[in-house]
Amino acid sequence: MNRKFYEGSIMNISSNIATLVFCVLVVLAYESSSAASGGAAESDTIRSIAPYFTPASSSPKAPDADGFLQRWMLLEPINKPNRTNTVFTDSYIRNAFDTLYFPSQFTGVPRDGQKVTVAGKELSWHAVESSNFNVKLFRFAYGLNKPIYGVLFWAVTVVNCPREMKNVRMAVGSNSASMWWLNGKEAVILSGDRRMVMDDCVSKRLTLNKGRNIIRGAIINGPGMSDFCVRFIDENGDPIKDLTVNLEAGN
Amino acid sequence: MSYSIFDLNRFDLGGFMKFRILAVTVLTLLSLWLSCQAQALNGKPYIHDPSTITLCDGKFYTFGTGGGGLISDDGWTWDGGAVRPGGGVAPDVIRIGDRYYMTYARGGGGMSGGHASNVYVMWTKTLDPKSPDFGFKDETLVASTDVVEDFDAIDSAFLLDPTDGRLWLSYGTYFGFIRLIELDPKTGKRMPNNKALNIAIDCEATAMMYRDGWYYLLGTHGTCCDGANSTYNIVVGRSKKVTGPYVDNVGIEMLKGGGKSVATASGRFVGLGHFGHMDLGDGVEKFSCHYEADLDRSGYSVLDIRPLLWKNGWPVGGDNFKQGTYEIQSERSGFALELAVDFVRMPRVGRGFFGGPPPAAPGVPGTPATNPPAANAPGANPPSAGGPGGAGMPPGFGNRAPAGPVTSIPIQDLSEVSKNWPAGNIDIRIGDFMMRPHQKWTITPVDSVGGYPGSPYFKITIAGTNRALAATADAEVIAVPVFTGSLEQLWRIDQLTDGTYRIMPKVVPGSKEQLVLTAVGGSTPTLAKFDPKSDKCRWNFRTP
Repeated sequence: MNRKFYEGSIMNISSNIATLVFCVLVVLAYESSSAASGGAAESDTIRSIAPYFTPASSSPKAPDADGFLQRWMLLEPINKPNRTNTVFTDSYIRNAFDTLYFPSQFTGVPRDGQKVTVAGKELSWHAVESSNFNVKLFRFAYGLNKPIYGVLFWAVTVVNCPREMKNVRMAVGSNSASMWWLNGKEAVILSGDRRMVMDDCVSKRLTLNKGRNIIRGAIINGPGMSDFCVRFIDENGDPIKDLTVNLEAGN
Repeated sequence: MSYSIFDLNRFDLGGFMKFRILAVTVLTLLSLWLSCQAQALNGKPYIHDPSTITLCDGKFYTFGTGGGGLISDDGWTWDGGAVRPGGGVAPDVIRIGDRYYMTYARGGGGMSGGHASNVYVMWTKTLDPKSPDFGFKDETLVASTDVVEDFDAIDSAFLLDPTDGRLWLSYGTYFGFIRLIELDPKTGKRMPNNKALNIAIDCEATAMMYRDGWYYLLGTHGTCCDGANSTYNIVVGRSKKVTGPYVDNVGIEMLKGGGKSVATASGRFVGLGHFGHMDLGDGVEKFSCHYEADLDRSGYSVLDIRPLLWKNGWPVGGDNFKQGTYEIQSERSGFALELAVDFVRMPRVGRGFFGGPPPAAPGVPGTPATNPPAANAPGANPPSAGGPGGAGMPPGFGNRAPAGPVTSIPIQDLSEVSKNWPAGNIDIRIGDFMMRPHQKWTITPVDSVGGYPGSPYFKITIAGTNRALAATADAEVIAVPVFTGSLEQLWRIDQLTDGTYRIMPKVVPGSKEQLVLTAVGGSTPTLAKFDPKSDKCRWNFRTP
């Protein structure tokens, strides 16, 4: 069973059936309402990325109390149809993320509002701050009226270090598979039909440069929830918090 | 129920050929069974009544009945050479400051028909007989008995109370009481006006230890000195006071014969006795004992070192690691150590939750041609976001009994997947255990490379291959294509007091640090300093 699609366990069969019936009724009611109004559903007109995100400010932002990076530049989702997340083997996601979808994909830091064109579709970068420790990509896409399933997200942030930090690790959780780079070098890969868990996959020991460090991530998802969380941890597994994130610094 | 291999009528086997087949089968199974047993210590660990194993100048020492004793460089391979004067029986050793105190006894135990016996204490600066500092001094009598009293003055053992520094000595046999006296830790002599206390009956070869507010009195029950027929076994009682009363797990005082079982005969080893505690630090505890008979060594009495576990405040004798093929499960996440290779799906032949046959699913743009989503492949039925069932549900929604015969499905075989694995080094990660070839590890002792207290070093290879787990110079773990026997491919496996295991490479290239396999992430292993308090450093071995 694909846990993401069905969002439940085998023990919840009756619950799922009830949910299915409920959803059918909701869809019927929605279609009836749409037909009556002759336009888009009301819910579509009020979609927003709030309260999950706020616009990123220009002042440096520290990680949260657990060291999670909350300020990110997110690209609207690239259409990448997959009806299941079980396809995300290492080989598959390496191939998917090695593909060049837009110029400067692996270089530079985008500006808020900057647009790229992927397969004929214009997509925008958004400088946002997550209200949570994790970055809810599903809510980002949903709030912007973008595709929510069968998608590929790109995320970029800039971490400023007060000094060189050796033997640190990038600790990532993502839903579903993802791949992450630090200053242009692959840091960690999360393959398979993954759930987002903090410190799920952890890089080998890395060095954060004094000053700017560019973190780039790509997250792919078929059906179901999509989100990620990133932080740096030290040799003891404790979060590194004396960092700041300032997307403007990358411009 | 058991059958004799000679009782052929029970198996309805006629003729000599069938007997041969049966005999070969039995011998093969026996051979396989034997190969799965942990062996006792390496070398010549022949001893009876071993003293508590003591580390001196980097070597392990134990002393036995009759004089002399054993020495080991690593705790795995043992040989004679230790020297103890005085003869007699059942010594014990403890280090206090710069002295090694030795206790032993002469006479008693019913040997030669008598119980008159004496316990002595002496000390030396070193246990190394080749050292100029070696030499026992100040032998002094600390306890004695004659044939009138109900105890033997033999089988003495030290306890240095960590709470107050007082030194105690227990001694005695089945002939009456186990007794406790106090010694002066500065001299080894008996404290003035000290009166012996009776603390147990029905045991011998006692030892004592302290842990978390409890004093533990370990004794040996059963019959000694009868080779393969000895019923020796180790029991324990505990008390909040060193002076007792010592009570077992069901409330029976050891003065009334109580004692909770700690370790008994098993495998090829008969008659466990003479407990000795070994605290190796970092939460690793072991115990030494002798087997009255090691059936793989002509039934001789030998030394062994085994893990000591703790359960609900009671010591439990563990077993040394047995070779075999296992899942290596992270205590942190419950996931399994595996090669970082592409997961290969098994054909979706099951009906499972949704029932119904595999759908003729439409192709999906962007679906890769590799591995699972071959939706149109025979038998393939990946989880679907849509299908003929409508409303996003797969076909046959709901439970349904199988229409055809129910069959056994073979698990994925190594040959089905290994041809696509990289030829060189492969990263290691931790993932959901699915009984797949890249998750099954065969763990085998390696000869002639030394060991550690109780065990040899092991190689850890993917089952059916020679791909071996290895430590890297950057303190990570990989699988190398071929086991070469290099030191970073040798692994120490210690069972911890909670029953989980610590896994440690013999060396980390370019490093002098002792690092252990650690789940630094839920799905990521590394090598890091051992943290006894963290489940990140703990692993389980499960039979796949």
